[in-house]
Amino acid sequence: MRFDLDKAFGIHQYGMALRSKRAEILANNIANVDTPNYKARDIDFKSALQQAAQGTNPSALKTTHSKHIPGGIRVAGMNLDTVYRNPIQPSVDGNTVDSQFEKAEFTSNSVQYQVSVRFLSGLIKNLKTAIKGE
Amino acid sequence: MSLFKVFDIAGSGMSAQAIRLNTTASNIANAESVSSSTDKTYRARHPVFSTLFNEMGGNGVGGNDQVGGVRVNGIIESQTPLRVQYQPDHPMADENGNVFLPNVNMIEEMANMISASRSFQSNIEVLNTSKQMLLGTLRLGE
Repeated sequence: MRFDLDKAFGIHQYGMALRSKRAEILANNIANVDTPNYKARDIDFKSALQQAAQGTNPSALKTTHSKHIPGGIRVAGMNLDTVYRNPIQPSVDGNTVDSQFEKAEFTSNSVQYQVSVRFLSGLIKNLKTAIKGE
Repeated sequence: MSLFKVFDIAGSGMSAQAIRLNTTASNIANAESVSSSTDKTYRARHPVFSTLFNEMGGNGVGGNDQVGGVRVNGIIESQTPLRVQYQPDHPMADENGNVFLPNVNMIEEMANMISASRSFQSNIEVLNTSKQMLLGTLRLGE
């Protein structure tokens, strides 16, 4: 059986990279909760993970020259698009951050990051057992 | 590593909220500081927040520029009219018998204080959660 170390960790390595990037974006939303005209952002996690796993972004801006600037944010060598959140309730100062929602998303994001860490930890332990042959 | 940036972002949020709390404290402390002329009277101060854009990663294409926290652009003095009270027996009264009181709105300041302290707490929670995420990553494979 052929063993590929690059694929041994499955989707979790991309998941972790995306989750930590998403943590940054959500932390930004929470930090800017009182900034006038700030628009809350997020990434579409499902499509971002597909893009990261495949290594392509179908909606990426096409660059035909080495000095062209690619759009989006860079995660794990990929350019991803951030999207703006649809505000549930309009605010006078033009800010679209819902503090409670962002906090809930941040917590859920961090738990899911730790899930990936736990899975990876298990995989690494299995590999170690296989290497030692005990 | 993105998670380390979260510390900077939450830190900038905390420092901005601390400045906001500071101005609120100053406003409440000076709420009754009387003076005898309009230009010498204390005026309510409020910080102006703006989003900090990351110079390295930002490219401004399609609204996808990277944001890197919040900063205080400056502190403005409130332009609402000062309170004028007719108190001819007051030692600070002007020739017409008026004293000038700051335009501090106590209700507004209390609301600002609570909002600033809650936002500060949210940022601390973000910081703590990120710390746990990083420490969990350090123990990977143990």
